[in-house]
Amino acid sequence: MVDVVQELSTPVDWQSDSMQRRRKARYAADRRLQIYGLVAIIFALGFLFFLIATLTIAGYKAFIQTTATVRLDLSAVEIDRSDLMKANWRRIVRGALREQIPGEMSRKEERAYYSIFTSSAAYIVRNKIMDNPTLLDGPAVFDIPLSDPFDQLAKNEIDRDLPENRRRVSDLQIKFYDQLVQAGIVSQPINWGLFLNNDSRFPELAGLKGALSGSFWALLVCFLISFPLGIAAAIYLEEFAPKNRITDLIEININNLAAVPSVVFGLLGLAVFLGWFGLPRSAPLVGGMVLSLMTLPTIIIVARAALKSVPSAIREAALGIGASKHEAIFHHNLPLAMPTIMTGTIIGLAQALGETAPLLLIGMNAFITSDPGGVMEASTALPTQIYIWADSPERGFVARTSAAILVLLGFLIFMNAAAILLRQRFERRW
Amino acid sequence: MNTATESAAAEAPAPAKPKPAVPIKMKGSDVCVFYGDKQALFDVDLDIRDRNVTALIGPSGCGKSTFLRCLNRMNDTIDICRVTGEIVIDDQDIYDPKVDVVELRARVGMVFQKPNPFPKSIFENIAYGPRIHGLAESRDELEEIVVTSLHKAGLYEEVKDRLQEPGTGLSGGQQQRLCIARAIAVSPEVILMDEPCSALDPIATAKVEELIDELRANYTIVIVTHSMQQAARVSQRTAFFHLGILVEEGDTDQIFTNPVDKRTQDYITGRFG
Repeated sequence: MVDVVQELSTPVDWQSDSMQRRRKARYAADRRLQIYGLVAIIFALGFLFFLIATLTIAGYKAFIQTTATVRLDLSAVEIDRSDLMKANWRRIVRGALREQIPGEMSRKEERAYYSIFTSSAAYIVRNKIMDNPTLLDGPAVFDIPLSDPFDQLAKNEIDRDLPENRRRVSDLQIKFYDQLVQAGIVSQPINWGLFLNNDSRFPELAGLKGALSGSFWALLVCFLISFPLGIAAAIYLEEFAPKNRITDLIEININNLAAVPSVVFGLLGLAVFLGWFGLPRSAPLVGGMVLSLMTLPTIIIVARAALKSVPSAIREAALGIGASKHEAIFHHNLPLAMPTIMTGTIIGLAQALGETAPLLLIGMNAFITSDPGGVMEASTALPTQIYIWADSPERGFVARTSAAILVLLGFLIFMNAAAILLRQRFERRW
Repeated sequence: MNTATESAAAEAPAPAKPKPAVPIKMKGSDVCVFYGDKQALFDVDLDIRDRNVTALIGPSGCGKSTFLRCLNRMNDTIDICRVTGEIVIDDQDIYDPKVDVVELRARVGMVFQKPNPFPKSIFENIAYGPRIHGLAESRDELEEIVVTSLHKAGLYEEVKDRLQEPGTGLSGGQQQRLCIARAIAVSPEVILMDEPCSALDPIATAKVEELIDELRANYTIVIVTHSMQQAARVSQRTAFFHLGILVEEGDTDQIFTNPVDKRTQDYITGRFG
């Protein structure tokens, strides 16, 4: 008995060479793991940084629009104030623009000159005066964007050294342009039109107003449909569903729904919402309904997990003083689960914001230049607008596509940040 | 006895049962509880006397908490749990389909092992029950109920200035008394307590035991406890459970000084459990 005890207590030499080498190898494995993790993070963040940098480099110029600031004195011109639409604005505005540069010009030269300014110059001036007729009383200042080739020239996108037949702008036009610059009327203010204008086939006038409106309505409809339905379904599955095979089947299928490719939902929308129900094509209402089908499984899964995580002690306390099932859920479980549910909903909506395929199939990539209507009128959405602009040939749309992507990313980052803030603020208050 | 008395006795209507000395508030007969296929309680017959404290003692896993939860049908919330036998309160079967379980749980309140106040203000914690049951017609009545319940739980003086603060900000002992006040607020007839002091320090425990003694005047109390000293201090009747069987029940004094069953004797003297 004593011998066994003595054998067991042979002292261990912790400082021997082999022990030290072994420990060194174990620590080296620790450090390697740390390095692998660091490399992974650097790779992921680096990729993200690369993406944003590329987009910014490609698109920052779209946030600036070269504009001619001209003073027009229309008090001397004959205009019928009671019917401003009928006036010959084209003639009036062209006449005023012509005055910006001294000297004689032939007809051909004049045409070349007028094409420096956006072709909608007349309408811009007309609309501004119709909003504020007092501008006719004296000299007034109007901001007229230059047309796309000259916007690109101003941003050094067009190489002046190329031979003339390989450029979009002729030598004469460049001469006129330089004269305008010298006269001091050309500037490069921030392109608010990118956010405030409707779509247009002219890049200098194109904006995201319609797309932003369409996306807003679609997301709102998506939220209003998927949020209550998702929570109700989660409550049913959590509290009321009997534990049998049918319930299991339902759960499996909800998870499957979350994995269905988004284009399939677009086809569903096309066939059912547009075909059977006869809803208007390209409407944000239909877009919202299709997006809600995609967000619904996400919300159900998040809501179930959130309800499960509420400690059962609270529920037992509520039942113990005689609360009914619905009272225990609505007065206790749901409020405590709500922060998590909100976080999941915001993330789900952020995903829906960027979905393109289903919206394309229901027609939200229409070319719409009129003001955005409500939820029932044809509209585009942010991702589909990007798709349209990416397809357009004009040089100006290249930068604008990247700028629009940056706007979309901006909204996504904002929504995700809001979700994280919400979660931090309301976490675990029991 | 002469024949005259005997024949008189024979003619008088035979008494159905001997009238109990103390009124019985709740009564369990042949109560069996199954969790799926596993049986947790075997034919328990137990009387709960009105306005008395009945202690349920026994080693871990003997079924005392299970029996306690049967009394207010909290076992209904567990899907695989099945209860057979009869439990009556004031001669009404609580498992009768016509019985409103929500009303039953208001009449038979429960205090849990770990204090579980709602994550709301102290006022709201207590006002919630009366509000959903419609016990108060106006805000003033509600306030009155809250204040009275806090007084009855012996908590009013300590929290009267901070009724709007969250209930979870109180100390453990105060939280448990808040839970007792919450149970009292819905005017129960019976209060069930599942090891109410096991998560509390000795001073808080003493306060709660004092409270139980005061509440006894107006409520029937059933308390599950691991501590035999507590059972001895607080209760008038004691029931000893072992492996799902009610081994012995009787007056507390008698159980602790002169138990009949050997298993009871062993448990009390600390041979097991």
